[in-house]
Amino acid sequence: MRDARLLVRALRDPDGLGLLSAGDWSALVAAARAEQLIGSLAFRLEGRPLPGRVEAILAGARHDAAQARTQALWEAEMARRALAPLDLPVILLKGTAFHAADLQASEGRSVGDLDILLPRERLEAAEEGLVAAGWERLKPADGYDDLYYRRWMHELPPLIHRTRDRMIDVHHTILPPTARPTPDAAALIEASVALPNGLRMLSPADMIVHAAAHLFADGDLAGGLRNLWDIDRLLREFAAGSADFWPMLAQRAERHQLGKAVALALRLARRLYATPVDAGLAGRDRPTDRLFEARLLARNGWGQEKSKLLRFAFYVRGHWLRMPPLMLARHLWVKARG
Amino acid sequence: MKHRLSLQIGPVSFRIGSAWAEPLDALARLYAGYSEPEDGIADFTVRLEPEQIWRRWIRPSVAIRGDYILPDALPLALAHGLLAAEMGMNLQMALGQKRFLLLHAASAEKDGRALIMTGESGAGKSTLAALLGERGWRLMGDEFALLDLDEGRLHPFPRAVSLKNKAIAVMEQEVPGDRFGPRLEDTPKGTIRHLRPNQEALGRMGESARPALILFPRFGAAEAIRGVGQAEIFMRLTQASTNYVTLGAAGFDALAKLVGACPAAAIDYPDTGTAIGLVEELWREAA
Amino acid sequence: MAGPRYIADPEDCVRSVTLDGLSVLFHRPSGMTHIVASPAPEILVALRQGPADAAELLRRLREAYDFDGDEAADAVDARLAELEQAGLVRRA
Repeated sequence: MRDARLLVRALRDPDGLGLLSAGDWSALVAAARAEQLIGSLAFRLEGRPLPGRVEAILAGARHDAAQARTQALWEAEMARRALAPLDLPVILLKGTAFHAADLQASEGRSVGDLDILLPRERLEAAEEGLVAAGWERLKPADGYDDLYYRRWMHELPPLIHRTRDRMIDVHHTILPPTARPTPDAAALIEASVALPNGLRMLSPADMIVHAAAHLFADGDLAGGLRNLWDIDRLLREFAAGSADFWPMLAQRAERHQLGKAVALALRLARRLYATPVDAGLAGRDRPTDRLFEARLLARNGWGQEKSKLLRFAFYVRGHWLRMPPLMLARHLWVKARG
Repeated sequence: MKHRLSLQIGPVSFRIGSAWAEPLDALARLYAGYSEPEDGIADFTVRLEPEQIWRRWIRPSVAIRGDYILPDALPLALAHGLLAAEMGMNLQMALGQKRFLLLHAASAEKDGRALIMTGESGAGKSTLAALLGERGWRLMGDEFALLDLDEGRLHPFPRAVSLKNKAIAVMEQEVPGDRFGPRLEDTPKGTIRHLRPNQEALGRMGESARPALILFPRFGAAEAIRGVGQAEIFMRLTQASTNYVTLGAAGFDALAKLVGACPAAAIDYPDTGTAIGLVEELWREAA
Repeated sequence: MAGPRYIADPEDCVRSVTLDGLSVLFHRPSGMTHIVASPAPEILVALRQGPADAAELLRRLREAYDFDGDEAADAVDARLAELEQAGLVRRA
């Protein structure tokens, strides 16, 4: 926990870091890499006096981040070209959206797959358009998995591009339809904001709601430090940009039935990163907040995840949230039968 | 982590942690004469861990982890822990090295200039480089060649040479036994024995060299030298690089410069003696 | 009947080096490297004059280079399709 705390401190208050020992630096780098935060750390520490090797490591991380940005924006552009003839709203999600809108949250942000949100009724047409442009299924279409994805999940089975070898996840809402909170997908699309390149992104308040849903509904909180850092960066930028932001966030959180998730996200961001948050929206501190914090900080200076029991408990919780128990059992049984 | 070892190899430093003592004891013996990083900071972290907690003691099995991890990698038996440590370091370089353009190649230096040998696995590059290192050349590395992005110079990365199957006997005849690691049988890559580079290679591991000749050696065919078109060289080198794509424009520029400046040839050879002869001949011509 | 019109990225988007007759291109917006043979590099240069469909492109190529023969039109179509797949060229 000590080493993850060092990482959080370095991000939150790089000026207050003070002198670190060689061991501390090695631990900080390993923990940051394990938490996918090395890029963000590199930007936070940029320009400060650092040991030569650390400066080289972080310069490499900044270079990496620039490359990740180029590749993410390129995937978005190729998806735009493929879907242009269909004339539908294509909404970028997560890291790619941050980069496309040049948000502070994009600094140092690595990006995995391209995630986009489309209207549910256009999903099949979109898949055809993507396949025509060179994306393909990871596995050949299979009866049960197909059914599972189309009926219970909130996305198409993932597609991978034939030559570029990069994945695209096409969503029609931000949580599985079987999960208990049911966000309003049509409202997400309606409130979306146009980007200069012709693609779109979620409105600021919806972006926070999505990040909060993503953080908790995915369940085991893996990658939580990174997700909360996203939320911290987004909140600071959005709150500074508009006096209306907090009331809007309250409104949208309720609209998407994610009030609790958003409140928890605010409290945890404040706890870890000292994010200024609206006290009313965040609500009172709960005893379980400390459990969440412990889970988020369960990383040591060798990059290992500690506290396995806590992690397992959160993992089960994750699957529970995604699918009602009976459905989960059926899914697992069919999978086991092969 | 319970057991730890730090190593400086060329410009790169590693921190290796292990749940068991044995792999690091073997690693320390193999890397006798190498220093720890002067500043005490690690460029990369490698971890040798049990897959599940009980596999630490029961049928101990070593999972290779660290800053960069291959998700489906199979663990190795504890008896092959030394190999796991080596593979772990390779993995960090392959996935994490950003300061240099990384070429999967063997390299050796003479008179301040570097020979780069690259090609498919099993082509014998490691053995050739190790032999050259005992015949008047300085071994720079057998697995990875590091190309500086700004100046285009090649930097040494003199890890222990990984000798497989027949190559082991070849080098056992050239080099005293105390430079070898243990003989590891039945590994996923067959029989392996590691060889520590000689004193000269270790003492000069901080010295870079200007690339002067690129060779694509192929073992098992009649002696031959063939020219290779520059566009083909460029393409083959991108295939031999794990980080060309991540380096973007800087990688493109560095590689274009290397290909433009450096003569290249493909050589076929039936035995190592012939190979050394071909290398020396082409080296003289490239001067 | 005019076909679809294509646009190429401006010159500063591409770093190029010629190695024994082939063009090695680094395309900045995608971070990808391509090795292409004639007439692909010439097509890119011709398209930079302004958006064009395949027929117009053929006309520009014939004017600027010694580019003729029966297969010329087929070659242009094929290379255009490849360049579009690679992302070096897009529909207007």
